[in-house]
Amino acid sequence: MDFGPLLLLAILEGTVTAAVLALTAVGLSLTFGIMRVVNVAHGEFFMLGAVLAWFVSQWFPDAPLLAFLLAMVICPLVVAGVAVLADVLILKRLNYEPEATIVATIGLLYIFQQAALSFFGPNARPVAPPFNFRVQLPWFGYSGYKLFVILAAGVLLLLVWLLIARTKIGLVMRATQIDRTTARAFGINVDRVYAMTFGIGAGLAAIAAVLVVPIQQAHYLMGGDPLLLSFIVVILGGLGTLRGTLIAALLIGLLDGLLSTAFFFPPTFAKIMATLLVALVLVFRPEGLFGRRTA
Amino acid sequence: MPPFRPPISGGRHERALVAMGAVMLRVSAIHAGYGPVQVLNGLTLEVSEGEVLCLMGRNGAGKTTLLRAIMGLIPLTGGEVMLDGEVISTLPAHEVPKRGVGLVPQGRRLFGDLTVAENLEVGLMTRGRGARVRDHVLTLFPRLRERLSQVSRTLSGGEQQMLAIARALCLEPKVLLLDEPTEGLQPSMIALIRDTVRDLKATGVATILIEQRVDVALSVADRIGFVSAGAVAEVAEAAALTATAPQFQTYVGV
Ligand SMILES: Nc1ncnc2c1ncn2[C@@H]1O[C@H](COP(=O)(O)OP(=O)(O)OP(=O)(O)O)[C@@H](O)[C@H]1O
Ligand SMILES: [Mg+2]
Repeated sequence: MDFGPLLLLAILEGTVTAAVLALTAVGLSLTFGIMRVVNVAHGEFFMLGAVLAWFVSQWFPDAPLLAFLLAMVICPLVVAGVAVLADVLILKRLNYEPEATIVATIGLLYIFQQAALSFFGPNARPVAPPFNFRVQLPWFGYSGYKLFVILAAGVLLLLVWLLIARTKIGLVMRATQIDRTTARAFGINVDRVYAMTFGIGAGLAAIAAVLVVPIQQAHYLMGGDPLLLSFIVVILGGLGTLRGTLIAALLIGLLDGLLSTAFFFPPTFAKIMATLLVALVLVFRPEGLFGRRTA
Repeated sequence: MPPFRPPISGGRHERALVAMGAVMLRVSAIHAGYGPVQVLNGLTLEVSEGEVLCLMGRNGAGKTTLLRAIMGLIPLTGGEVMLDGEVISTLPAHEVPKRGVGLVPQGRRLFGDLTVAENLEVGLMTRGRGARVRDHVLTLFPRLRERLSQVSRTLSGGEQQMLAIARALCLEPKVLLLDEPTEGLQPSMIALIRDTVRDLKATGVATILIEQRVDVALSVADRIGFVSAGAVAEVAEAAALTATAPQFQTYVGV
């Protein structure tokens, strides 16, 4: 393949990675921004979404589209429910102390992994894509489903933005983020906002996984990469800025696409580069590329 | 200026205009503090409909802590708070404002990244108030109407204080708690706040005003309570005090 088409392919692949990453990272960014909880189990919510999507696909082996649509609804709801329980039963009781919540979410990480291992098994399992058409470009054919993933992620991110910026729920979440004591003094049930935020954050990771699982198989250890990359994106973008998170996700996704597709570096290389980028940002712009300086 | 719609039913409103009404907020022998530190030691007070109770006291006497305790933001270790006949000190904190207690916190504590309109919206949501109340509040503070889409962090100090008061009025409060609203403001702004408190009083709102300035306290208060060491040491009718009264020297140090 010539370099031009190869570059286009790399950009497409990178955009798919970026789209899924953006959804996952926005979830992490919301829980950190609003609750100040560093959720180490975020990648496991992603994994749970993928594993649940596989189970849903087994109910309708002959109707992948139906299974996919069902999974898009069921998986994020179930995972959000699990997250709400984790918040109410564990994080709330720890008073959201930063150190305690980190330890607790590490514990959750192992609990979810072991649960998945027990119920789902150690093997990677594929989920059939809901449809199979290929878009034929002059130089190569490209998966129509991957293009759909980009579109779907874009729509979902737009919905998240609308929720935060344009609805009363979003206003309540932002007020709580800014000053939770004053929010309480104006009738905001902070406990409920936190439970909801943790649920939405986990649900976003789960829905990203449902989108990704027809491309990448479901596996009980698949949560590590999304966790690492989401952290990278959130730190790069600046904590609590939705726009920064999106731009950083695009940056990391494209970096990954270019390095591994156009320049044939092993996939680990992109991660090393991304981590290096984070280190540089932390040194020179600790508030993130798009975060507001607070000091 | 149109009269502020009272947060209470019509009949009681009419009476409130004539004379002070029934006790609206009663704080009975409350104890509270932060962790092991006891700040309030059996503090007792009451405020009636249409009454302005000024609280004065030295820095650290526990005035702000009292307001936090009334709002349910810190737990009581003794005593109780009653609003309009209902015990509110056993409610979760977010239920207290829903019963009609509006707070103007010390240092304003606006939601700084939110716009003026969004800050007001948070206040309106507390008790499900809508366009009528919003419009009324903006009539009281026309400068806010010109700045609805401005991020509140960028308002001037005086405008921020107007917004903090406006946000509390969006609840149509039965009880309004003002914590040093005149702190750091110029005389014309202080006059505006004083007039606002007077207008609210006429509509039957029970007000607790924490104030360091003797002249402001004497000009709006019905009674002045002196807070010392986490309790109300003395309460006096404002009409019976002058600026040179010994209480100010004893409890405020001016
Ligand atoms: N969050 C807190 N944690 C621990 N102690 C606190 C806290 N807030 C206030 N205190 C202490 O409680 C005491 C009373 O403080 P408070 O803010 O109620 O005083 P105040 O009368 O409002 O003073 P000022 O006139 O300076 O506003 C002080 O000794 C203060 O140090
Ligand atoms: Mg104070």
